[in-house]
Amino acid sequence: MPLPADTLSYDFDEEGVGFGAPKTPAAAHGDGLSGAQKIALTMVGLGLLSLVAQVSGGFIAGSWLGLATSIGLLAVGAILAFWLQHRDSVAGIKHDGIFFSSLLARGSAAWIAGIGMTGLYVLLYWYPQYLGQPVVGGEPTGLIRVVDPLARLMTGYPASQWFLYGVLYTGAIFVFGVRMIMKYRHNRYQQIRTASVAFFQLVFAWFLPNLLVRFRQPYMEFNGVWPLKQNYLWPEKAAGQFLDAGAFGIFLLCFAVALVVATPVLTYFFGKRWYCSWVCGCGGLAETLGDPFRQLSSKSTRAWQIERWMIHSVLVIVLVVTASLWIDYKMTGNLYGSWSGPLRQWYGFFIGAVFSGVVGVGFYPLLGSRVWCRFGCPQAAILGLWQRFFSRFRITTNGGQCMSCGNCSTYCEMGIDVRAYAEKGENIVRSSCVGCGICAAVCPRGVLKLENGGTHADRYAGAATPITAFLDALEHRPKLVMPVAASGSQRDDPAVKRK
Amino acid sequence: MHVVIIGNGITGATAALELRQLDADCRITMISGESKFHFSRPALMYIFMGHMSYQQTKPHPDSTWADNRIELLRDWITDIDTASKQLSLHKGGTLDYDRLLIATGARSNKFGWPGQDLQGVQGLYDLPDLKRLHDNVITAKQAVIVGGGLIGIELAEMLHSCGVPVTFLVRESSYWNNVLPEPESAMVSRLIRQAGFGLKLETGLKEIEDDGTGRVGAIITDKDERIECQLVGLTAGVSPNIQLVKETAIDTGRGILVDWSLRTNVADVFAAGDCAEIVTEGDGRNLLQQVWYTGKMQARIAARGLAGLEATYDPGIWYNSAKFLDLEYHTYGQVNLCIPAEQNLYWEHPDGLHSIRIVYLADRVIGINTMGVRFRHRLCEAWIAEQRPLEYVLEHLAEANFDPEFCRRFEAHAAAQFSKAVA
Ligand SMILES: Cc1cc2nc3c(=O)[nH]c(=O)nc-3n(C[C@H](O)[C@H](O)[C@H](O)COP(=O)(O)OP(=O)(O)OC[C@H]3O[C@@H](n4cnc5c(N)ncnc54)[C@H](O)[C@@H]3O)c2cc1C
Ligand code: SF4
Ligand code: SF4
Repeated sequence: MPLPADTLSYDFDEEGVGFGAPKTPAAAHGDGLSGAQKIALTMVGLGLLSLVAQVSGGFIAGSWLGLATSIGLLAVGAILAFWLQHRDSVAGIKHDGIFFSSLLARGSAAWIAGIGMTGLYVLLYWYPQYLGQPVVGGEPTGLIRVVDPLARLMTGYPASQWFLYGVLYTGAIFVFGVRMIMKYRHNRYQQIRTASVAFFQLVFAWFLPNLLVRFRQPYMEFNGVWPLKQNYLWPEKAAGQFLDAGAFGIFLLCFAVALVVATPVLTYFFGKRWYCSWVCGCGGLAETLGDPFRQLSSKSTRAWQIERWMIHSVLVIVLVVTASLWIDYKMTGNLYGSWSGPLRQWYGFFIGAVFSGVVGVGFYPLLGSRVWCRFGCPQAAILGLWQRFFSRFRITTNGGQCMSCGNCSTYCEMGIDVRAYAEKGENIVRSSCVGCGICAAVCPRGVLKLENGGTHADRYAGAATPITAFLDALEHRPKLVMPVAASGSQRDDPAVKRK
Repeated sequence: MHVVIIGNGITGATAALELRQLDADCRITMISGESKFHFSRPALMYIFMGHMSYQQTKPHPDSTWADNRIELLRDWITDIDTASKQLSLHKGGTLDYDRLLIATGARSNKFGWPGQDLQGVQGLYDLPDLKRLHDNVITAKQAVIVGGGLIGIELAEMLHSCGVPVTFLVRESSYWNNVLPEPESAMVSRLIRQAGFGLKLETGLKEIEDDGTGRVGAIITDKDERIECQLVGLTAGVSPNIQLVKETAIDTGRGILVDWSLRTNVADVFAAGDCAEIVTEGDGRNLLQQVWYTGKMQARIAARGLAGLEATYDPGIWYNSAKFLDLEYHTYGQVNLCIPAEQNLYWEHPDGLHSIRIVYLADRVIGINTMGVRFRHRLCEAWIAEQRPLEYVLEHLAEANFDPEFCRRFEAHAAAQFSKAVA
């Protein structure tokens, strides 16, 4: 029997042309904003206006009123807007239209946002004078002046570019944290985890460090660990500042060391997520401000290969730089001589500023939210090695329920092809997985679950001998040919089992 | 040896890759007129709603096929000549095969309604349907969906996401209650109404009206109600896609008839997945399985046959999952099949968004249904396969939970209620 004519004539180029957004149908209703939402957005607009006015003209700049009516109004308005947006919706996945959005799917709006955010970092790092950073001893102006009253209250000093950065950073985590908590209100793991990163950012990375400044103690972010904050173990910092600061310095040093020691233990029990998705400030920003962009991470095998080389190279560089600086220090400069300063500067420039700031955050709208965490963070590299080879954490898959839709892979910010494991019914045991739990939250068939397991031994083939597994892994790069229907799948197949 | 596979759905794609594992040397060609590469059919809705791009619904990197030396052909097969082992291609030419797997899937049912071929009337099965939907929503002020099942509710969600109001016509007295037991079905019906969809129960389609230009203008129900609409979704189930083989030597019934090794009556021709109907000897009913995982499992058996190996299909213990708007549904074993002497225990949370059902006989549990709660497939399967008695299952119920960490847990509550009910 011949096939129908409209079937035979179908030859659409789904790859090249693609499907795109449905054209607005005749029935589409207005903008759908409620009165309250309009008020919230007006607050955001007024806050922005006030900010611009204060940066350019001054007027109430530098007063509490100025701060409240600019950044304050902006934050409150945005929180209100996000809250209202999700309050009346049914709890569940909210991904409609993401791949039609210019901002969220790498369209022109994403480029504008990316350039804007990158620009802010460039100003912060290299041209703070344009943000109003004063010459030594002077008064701040411009944008920095807006946060000046808060800086004086907190630290007793005038605001600097880094104080401004801290306020914006912490503020972004809070505003977008509310968005996250409302968006994922069908999933308590997401809510609790978001509250946790917001708490650690506010108290450990912002409040306490600024308090230290107030009491003229060495500055330290309490949720930062070597090697993420690698300069904490640089000789001057460790020996000079911490030890010389007396008992308090020793306390800080113990704290930092405890984190280094606690790291493998906590990672053994919970996976690297205890840090990356619950405590870390970089992770905190990625999981809140970065959440709308998580789908942009590349899932290609090529990206995976680059990732493995790059992140482990950074780890080696950090280890070498730290060790050699200590040797240099002990040899009173005989190793590097006058080069030790530039070495630090170069490291700080490439890894600290360019990688983690400009590319890591500035490129959220272009490369996704975890570029730094995935390709550059030495802390993530260490935790990842622990997690991969010696931890109880794994993501389990629910038997044969996966229908290969791809939501999990699409929304994995670390670019892990979760589906490739799920459709075979295999555990996901990957060093890069930050345990954000989004794959499990978005799966429409309930296939994925983050679990700590009772033991490490049943996670992957060869888990009983993690050191051998590690050495083996050194010899294998990710395979280009995914073993699609390889022997592993037989285990899952009742049809073959009974043969 | 040249193995040709018609269809690149989950069945065709799994068979091709599995065959490559079993036989490193044979030539494999996989053909589909729908798309160049295999993609996930259940993800159609996510492409339309913008959750994913089409590219992201492809389970394997494009390089997989070349790496596994599987030749892909984008064309429609128009005829099979089993005597000369030759296929005719729509774009011209022929293709010879030594062994053939037919995995042509299914098609949306059309029951001969007047007007069913008008513009604006469509099913939701494949990429051509997706393309049609893009064209049809442009003028749609109101849509009617005929038939309430899993695909109907997905279509409704898609239309809703771009602002087209939807009315369902459902023949049953409650949504999908030929599969879901009454309370679960009521739960879904309630959610459908809450989402703002019109739901007309015990109502069928009588006729689709032309608006004068060859497009649909309205429908008339079997209660003679007229509903103006510019789009009609026909989602009253699917049937095996057997048009291609209808007039060949290959036997068909509802689907392509095959034995438990997925062989058709013609030597070297196999069929599997949605298009296959497995003939059951004796008084059992023939087996027609039309879901994702059965396509995958049948493909593995068919691949063995294509490789010249022996294998027999074992459907195992039935399971499935779906999502009704934001409500997740898992099912394991035999539920709502009115097995003689079956008994049911049902717990529902007061919020009407979570439920657990256990179906059991005097000596063992035979089925489990959950709504808004995720259960572990392997555990439920083991309980049913090992014929665990009710007491055992109730005692271990909490272990079956598969919800994310920190989610509210209901098993203890449900088990307590169940134990009381039994005692
Ligand atoms: C919208 C939707 C949602 C679904 N959701 C789920 C779900 O959540 N869970 C689940 O388990 N199942 C689901 N299903 C069912 C599931 O998708 C099917 O069971 C499965 O796709 C069947 O796979 P198959 O390979 O047998 O056939 P198909 O996927 O239909 O593939 C058949 C292929 O053969 C090609 N073909 C047919 N005739 C010819 C010809 N003459 N020449 C060339 N090529 C031809 C077709 O173009 C098609 O590509 C869903 C189905 C739909 C439509
Ligand atoms: S695990 Fe879930 S989200 Fe991922 S492909 Fe499978 S069904 Fe889709
Ligand atoms: S695999 Fe899942 S939990 Fe891990 S990083 Fe990706 S989305 Fe997050």
